[in-house]
Amino acid sequence: MSEGNGTHVGQRMRRKEDPPLLQGKGNYIDDIALPGMLFAAFVRSPEAHARITSIDASAALARDGVHAVLAGNDVDLEAGLPLAWVPPGVEIKAPEHWPLAKEVAKHVGDPVAVVIGSDKYAVVDAAEDVLIEYDPLPVVVDIEAALEGGPLVHDDLGTNRVHDWSLGGDVESALGAAEVVIERRFVNHRTAGAPIEPRGVIADYRAGDLTVWSSTQIPNFLRIFLAVQLGMTEDRIRVIAPDVGGAFGSKLQIYGEEILLAWCSRKLGRPVKWTETRSENMAATHHGRDQIAYVKMGASRDGRFAGLHVRIIADMGAYAMFLGPLIPSLGAFVMPGCYRWDAVRTDITGVYTNKMGTDAIRGAGRPEATHYIEVMVDQMAAELGIDGVELRRRNFIPKEEFPYDTPVGMTYDSGDYQATLAKLLEHVDPAQERGRTADGKLRGIGFSTWTEICGLAPSRATGPATLGVQAGLWESALVRVQVTGSVTVYTGTSPHGQGLETAFAQIVADRLGVDPQQINVMHGDTSQGPQGLGTYGSRSLAVGGEAIARATEKVVAKAREIVAHKLEAAPEDIELRDGKFSVKGSPGSGMSLAEVAGLAYIPEGNLPEGMEPGLEQTAFYDPDNFTFPFGAHAAVVEVDPETGKVDLVRYVAVDDCGPPINPNLIDGQIHGGIVHAVGQALFEQMAYDEDGQLLTGSFVSYALPSAAELPSFELDRTITPSPVNSLGVKGVGEAGTIAASAAVTNAVIDALRPVGVDFINMPLTPMRVWGALQEKGGVTA
Amino acid sequence: MIPAAFDYVAPESLDAALAALREGGEDAKVLAGGHSLVPLMKLRLAAPSLLVDLRRVPGLTGIDRSNGTVRIGAMTRHHDVATSDLGLAAKAAATIADQQVRNRGTIGGTLAHGDPASDLPAVLLALEGSVVVRGGSGEREIAAADMFQDYLTTSLAEDEILTEVRIPSPDGWGAGYAKFNRRVEDWAMVAVCAAVRKAADGSCEDVRIGLTNMGGTPLRATAAEEALRGRGLDAASIASAAGQAAEGTDPPADLNASEDYKRHLARVLCRRALEEAVAAA
Repeated sequence: MSEGNGTHVGQRMRRKEDPPLLQGKGNYIDDIALPGMLFAAFVRSPEAHARITSIDASAALARDGVHAVLAGNDVDLEAGLPLAWVPPGVEIKAPEHWPLAKEVAKHVGDPVAVVIGSDKYAVVDAAEDVLIEYDPLPVVVDIEAALEGGPLVHDDLGTNRVHDWSLGGDVESALGAAEVVIERRFVNHRTAGAPIEPRGVIADYRAGDLTVWSSTQIPNFLRIFLAVQLGMTEDRIRVIAPDVGGAFGSKLQIYGEEILLAWCSRKLGRPVKWTETRSENMAATHHGRDQIAYVKMGASRDGRFAGLHVRIIADMGAYAMFLGPLIPSLGAFVMPGCYRWDAVRTDITGVYTNKMGTDAIRGAGRPEATHYIEVMVDQMAAELGIDGVELRRRNFIPKEEFPYDTPVGMTYDSGDYQATLAKLLEHVDPAQERGRTADGKLRGIGFSTWTEICGLAPSRATGPATLGVQAGLWESALVRVQVTGSVTVYTGTSPHGQGLETAFAQIVADRLGVDPQQINVMHGDTSQGPQGLGTYGSRSLAVGGEAIARATEKVVAKAREIVAHKLEAAPEDIELRDGKFSVKGSPGSGMSLAEVAGLAYIPEGNLPEGMEPGLEQTAFYDPDNFTFPFGAHAAVVEVDPETGKVDLVRYVAVDDCGPPINPNLIDGQIHGGIVHAVGQALFEQMAYDEDGQLLTGSFVSYALPSAAELPSFELDRTITPSPVNSLGVKGVGEAGTIAASAAVTNAVIDALRPVGVDFINMPLTPMRVWGALQEKGGVTA
Repeated sequence: MIPAAFDYVAPESLDAALAALREGGEDAKVLAGGHSLVPLMKLRLAAPSLLVDLRRVPGLTGIDRSNGTVRIGAMTRHHDVATSDLGLAAKAAATIADQQVRNRGTIGGTLAHGDPASDLPAVLLALEGSVVVRGGSGEREIAAADMFQDYLTTSLAEDEILTEVRIPSPDGWGAGYAKFNRRVEDWAMVAVCAAVRKAADGSCEDVRIGLTNMGGTPLRATAAEEALRGRGLDAASIASAAGQAAEGTDPPADLNASEDYKRHLARVLCRRALEEAVAAA
């Protein structure tokens, strides 16, 4: 820790960013208006796969206030939409992908034309008047059919097979030598990010400079790709992510709408705004998950894990999105889970279908991996006749073995899996959570003991020559003390609801001896502060927060030199105590940060010889390793055997993300994360029919759970610092989502096992559970 | 989520509202809360040219019980029905969507909308209630059995306004409402409402059972009613009657509910609704 005594770090401080948001004083894209601004509305394909045979915009153009109607061939960009993952030695078959489909629309919601006009209502009316004729083409929706000779999504590629990628060693030997081998087929279905704020973009090109406001997680990446696609240089482009109302990975994307609006603004010489509707968000903001996995697991009769082989077929949808093909691989990195194995191997095949593209959604590959591992562990436990909790204990990596090199080449930083599980069992007694309830329900408990890879970074392991991400994944920070002692922190991360302004302020406040409320955290504007890389992969605290801590320590070092000079002491004898920099043993002589800043900015005789004036420091931080948070979760469910409805009645989670900066923020992330995965397990599904029509295009049919469907969660934590960064933090934004679908699914199987159902795939809708019971002859209440 | 352009009026008398509706022609619609109509407009599944809002029309709210009949003003909010002593109607209204919708949505609005997945149409049908409507040619009463014609289609004429809902007094009836949905604010996947009147010997003197979302209109479970009427109200006869709840139905299937599953739910929910109603009778 720093010289700060932890006055603020570790405290349940209320979120600094909330008062304006709660008072309706936030600044979201739709709140921003520019003089002379035009509005855009998109005409999207109602067909899943169709050749565009004609576009008649005459009626739309005849409407008042319509300035332009543009189709794919009207737009000249330097490059198409990017795929930022180029794994060495792996060929990814990527089609052309333009903001507006040029000849053929590839999924329902694919943009085909854009209407630009002076009134946001009129452009929607005009969009209805754009007459487009489609010649339908054969549609492929099913993942395995697409791989096995179904209609081609992209004729020019000659295949629907996107890529093949593998990680791990000779698992066949391990499985061959195992006494017991089980295999299951999992369907990990498609979900949506469903942020409360849909996307939105404003582009304003004037006098050679382009400003783009976008509801994005990655303003700096967006600036780079705007430059590439528009043929500009980054110095003429400013990207601003103002208040962003959630994203959950769905705004970790370079979207065609962002690029196209910039192009339109340059073409028309006016600012242009587009606010996504909820219907558009469901159809045309990237989806997540959507895998079929064939999982083989081997163990000895006495329950020692031998091998795990996971063969994933991953639906990319119609295009290779920004990081889409990479996402399943993120799961492969943690496929060993918390356990020791002789061998673990993941083989991934990407597939194109006529559906919206998939990419990162909260957890991004790791919820799927944890689901496979943790459901398989319980399946194996049943096969062996060993209690699932006991089986986990027997196979956990012991805490003495950290840092632990896994069979797939990762080095787990730190962990104590026995301790989190033991703490979980202090809160929940499995024996009390099983059996028939007084009202005839089937009660069961399920566990998920999980770890994940986060803190994305480090560049040495993720860059072009290794994993193949075409970027560094470090983070930056600038800490500026103004002349009056107020502090501004610039972060290269891009918070969008997590509460990071508060956490970052707490880190800085302790180190500088000021109140967190006096610290202004700036983010999401490429014209302020150094280049950064955005928020995703639970990286903002473990990478961005550490960069801030390091920049702050540099400021502190300079402050100590200034104080030492002024008080005629040695810098190493200066300590921060009660908000003052003072000589050890002489607290009365101390100086506040404001006083130090006064000296730094009015340097006449006040600074040591040769010291530059000013009091601000920048740090770029690129960690040596990922971080690996972990935890133990238990779900308790009651199943109504007559209707198949599953009620989640208890959820207990013990998580370890290192020393807490702000427990409130951690609890909030865990809560939301759990709900996200409970949603996938029990409620949410992005569903298409066999013609590629979207069946769940609104919140009526896409069933996000609400508080009424959920119990009050019981949370606890253990604290195992990460050795990777000075804060010891591991990241927590995705933890709940990574853990919970397996816990819920295992609980349902546990409840149903006495009546003969021993495996079932998500989503565990009432009809599906009822159907599984019917196959076993049904159960009466 | 931007509706097509429309005009809006909020007349201060029923006559003025009727005149506005008549002048607005076939694309004019009555707004009576708007929690069904406005979302359809925002999705552009409905595009009325004129909305005639009834919120300023006096005399359309309130519940009046006299002479064995309950008269409920068409603009009475779901919340007021839900918190009344109206037995089955109150129980069903209390499950409509969420509190915000119950604070805005009205009984007349939901009945005139005629959505078979909504809670109150089947209740009106089961209770053999009626609605009073006013039009250019005066006032008429439409029995519930004649009200619901097809999906989102009622026997109200385009120039008529629903002014009052009439149901028999709930006195002497036990009520049960069993609604199945995935989330508490969802429309019913299936719901069954039941009202039971016990004879002096404890047998079933009369029973009414309504089915929600089991067809293009709300339905009566006639076979189940007949199986129970005049019989004992023991668990076996209730279960036996409930087994016939889906007789003759052809429910619409969707992603989360096949026809078979909906028929199964109707039988389970019918038993539960009857058990609740019998316990309260």
